[in-house]
Amino acid sequence: MDAESLLLSLELASGSGQGLSPDRRASLLTSLTLVKRDYRYDRVLFWGRILGLVADYYIAQGLSEDQLAPRKTLYRRGRGRKLGNQDPGDVVGSLNCMEWSLLPPATEEMVVQTSVLKGRFMGDPSHEYEHTELQKMSEGEKVFEEEVVVQIKEETRLVSVIDQIDKAVAVIPRGALFKTPFGPIHVNRTFEGLSLSEAKKLSSYFHFKEPVELKNKTLLEKADLDPSLDFMDPLEHDIPKGSWSIQMERGNALVVLRSLLWPGLTFFHAPRTKNYGYIYVGTGEKNIDLPFML
Amino acid sequence: MEDLTSPKQDKKNQELGEARRPWEEIAASSQDPKSGLSEPLEPEQWLETGPQPRSGPPQSPQSRASPPLDDVTGPGAPSPPSPAPEASFIPSTLALARQQLAAPWQSDRTTDVNPKAETPHSHRLEQSSDQGKSTAPQTCQSEGDIFQQSQQTERHLYGPEDVSNNNSKQKELRFNIFQEEDSNSNYELDHTESGVSEGAPSPLEIAIQSAKAYLLKTSSKSGLNLYDHLSDMLTKVLDERPENAVDIIESISQDVKMAHFRKKLDTLQNENEMLPIYETAEKQKALFLQGNLEGVDQELEDEIAENSLPNVMESAFYFEQAGVGLGTDETYRIFLALKQLTDTHPIQRCRFWGKILGLEMNYIVAEVEFREGEDEEDVEDEDVTEERDDGDSDAEENDEDELPRTFYKTPQVIPKEENRTGANKYVYFVCNEPGGTWVKLPPVTPAQIVTARKIKKFFTGRLETPIVSYPPFPGNESNYLRAQIARISAGTHVSPLGFYQFGEEEGEEEEEVEGRRDSFEENPDFEGIQVIDLVESLSNWVHHVQHILPQGRCNWFNPIQKSEEEEEEEDEEKEEEKEEPEYMEQEVGPPLLTPISEDLEIQNMPPWTTRLSSTLIPQYAIAILRSNLWPGAYAFSNGKDSALTGWASSMEQ
Repeated sequence: MDAESLLLSLELASGSGQGLSPDRRASLLTSLTLVKRDYRYDRVLFWGRILGLVADYYIAQGLSEDQLAPRKTLYRRGRGRKLGNQDPGDVVGSLNCMEWSLLPPATEEMVVQTSVLKGRFMGDPSHEYEHTELQKMSEGEKVFEEEVVVQIKEETRLVSVIDQIDKAVAVIPRGALFKTPFGPIHVNRTFEGLSLSEAKKLSSYFHFKEPVELKNKTLLEKADLDPSLDFMDPLEHDIPKGSWSIQMERGNALVVLRSLLWPGLTFFHAPRTKNYGYIYVGTGEKNIDLPFML
Repeated sequence: MEDLTSPKQDKKNQELGEARRPWEEIAASSQDPKSGLSEPLEPEQWLETGPQPRSGPPQSPQSRASPPLDDVTGPGAPSPPSPAPEASFIPSTLALARQQLAAPWQSDRTTDVNPKAETPHSHRLEQSSDQGKSTAPQTCQSEGDIFQQSQQTERHLYGPEDVSNNNSKQKELRFNIFQEEDSNSNYELDHTESGVSEGAPSPLEIAIQSAKAYLLKTSSKSGLNLYDHLSDMLTKVLDERPENAVDIIESISQDVKMAHFRKKLDTLQNENEMLPIYETAEKQKALFLQGNLEGVDQELEDEIAENSLPNVMESAFYFEQAGVGLGTDETYRIFLALKQLTDTHPIQRCRFWGKILGLEMNYIVAEVEFREGEDEEDVEDEDVTEERDDGDSDAEENDEDELPRTFYKTPQVIPKEENRTGANKYVYFVCNEPGGTWVKLPPVTPAQIVTARKIKKFFTGRLETPIVSYPPFPGNESNYLRAQIARISAGTHVSPLGFYQFGEEEGEEEEEVEGRRDSFEENPDFEGIQVIDLVESLSNWVHHVQHILPQGRCNWFNPIQKSEEEEEEEDEEKEEEKEEPEYMEQEVGPPLLTPISEDLEIQNMPPWTTRLSSTLIPQYAIAILRSNLWPGAYAFSNGKDSALTGWASSMEQ
């Protein structure tokens, strides 16, 4: 959600039950404006919060002028406590909880590497997960398997999880961005919100990422699309079908999409207004039981 | 002259028609500070009078071509600056349109000057093209420029020009148009033009072309160009003929821009889009109107006396500190809905249990304890069905078939617990939205709990939905919901150590219920535990809901006893011997008020996470407990005051 309309967006997204406490809200407001200034982003989005065992991560993303360019991700560790014998008043990590650190961009290998990690996040970015792998080593003529213990840092895991969530479930309504013939994507200043009938359909929402499915569409389908608006994949054809729960709250004054694949991702939009946004508050685990649960 | 009427212009001419000209003229003339529109008419007036007045001015310039030459050239540089500040320096057509009505037209300028000084809109005029009207289209340029431009273009009318001169001027003009001009260059041009001779495209036409080219320049940001946008806008205005178009011209402009993004829809509009909002608002209004009954005073006293309603807002405040919550107004509506529930049912104690998210609709759950002797209705039905089943099985056995008899005895159905005990200690009501009707959930049976442990399904939001799963769940969504609620309560309802204590032991319990204490009450001597301690160690928290055994009940039910009775009956009938029933071990679970530090770890993860709500202000912080097994279950405690201990489970499943 946009950092500028943070308070309103949090209020609108509160239907899922998870939000932010007042002191976090206040600190976020100030720190996000500072981030915007320091890093010179065009827009700063508050992405959400990943709950960990010891501490939580607060994630923000910065966007440059071109909205679909790779986003820079920043994180900040919330206050937590170390299990053990320390005083609970100590905060592990930076005492100044206004500081954001930049995360490295995600790569394919990172995603593959961390796909073996299961369980919750610890909350400590330098925590190392140990994962034993069986690797085939060949020595001379013998080929045998050896167990290798691979250490993966939690920061890497964080990066890949954020990337996966973004690719899978970041949502934007149709018409909010438009593509110019020169290439860059811009925020559509005349976007006044979806109408009510459009808001109830999954096809009016797009994945906020580079399109993957568009090329596979037949020409007939493409004929109906408007190239300046329909340049991203709609949510309609997500597999498995039904992995989005779309609900109207407050009568028809608010439409809320919740992802069932990554539970904790909430997208909200007030039809006929410019308010929309998404936030992820959850444990950072994919729901692989989804097909069984539907 | 030949190129001025380009094909595009022609098309536009045909499209727009005569009537458009006066409008354009007005718009055009406003840009030219020197233009003297002798008819400062309102747009409507212009349009009404139609093409007639239009035909006048275009022709006049031809006749008056020469005389005004001196007129125009006379004043020269000095006078133009005076009218300039009034009309120019306007960045948009809109402001121009406004201005033109306001600006006093200079009467010394003849009307023929006006046509000459038109903007590219005039290009659409067939006649105007012949006269090579000059243009002052650079709306974004500085004042001096506008003027200088018009000055020189006017001069173009009158002098015969060299072709070569034209070309160079054309280039210069274009160059000037596309960049910020300074008056010096313009002066130069002026001087060079004075002695110019006639050429094929006159500088005026060149100026018009370049002005038009400028307008056709596409914006780097949006891909639109001003020319198209203005023409679209004017088309729309002339098609729709709104009242006071000039006042709403900005919104017209915005609508035209937005129309790019919308597909062509038919003009039928959906009238019922807003209705559901109103319906829900009506329903919720009813919530707020509850209190306005007659005889309020007495009822108020009664209510205050037996307050079975919890202070939901207060708990919500503490949960908000933890970052958990539904938003203030929704919580308030839930509060009112709970009040409605307590008013309509005889309820001893009521609590907001939480909110469960579903695919289509959500559930708001209230945990309720009825007053004594209130809810005995459903019990008899259950027994009846059980008896019927037994009857059927007997009938089968009496058949003299030769089918081999199986030795399989269906495991006996474990009866559900009585109301008010064990898993059925509380009754749960659900509604889909605050303001909706509360529906009572049926009591839970052990079989349902056992199966619910094995399956994982999303809720749809409708209570009658069948649950299709393997192993098959005995019941529909309302039963599954009830079973999940029972499991969550048993797993996550905790309180600080000492808050509750066991009641006085009134005699020993029966043999079957082996020493299990299942009642507790608030400890009046509870002094509170420091928040730090609560956060530090999990042993300061205890479960206050009975653990559910693997059997599905809280209190162990031994199925062997009954089956022994049945066997005695059957022995008489059958000849074969039965095997000895296996001895079933009694299932034991942790007793009530067990500290949660005894909870099992889940996948190497501690079952609970504790947090202080704020380390910046620790003296007012509260301790927050978050369950890792049931994501969404939270408990908080203030530590100082026992009355503020609370918990809620807002679940996502």
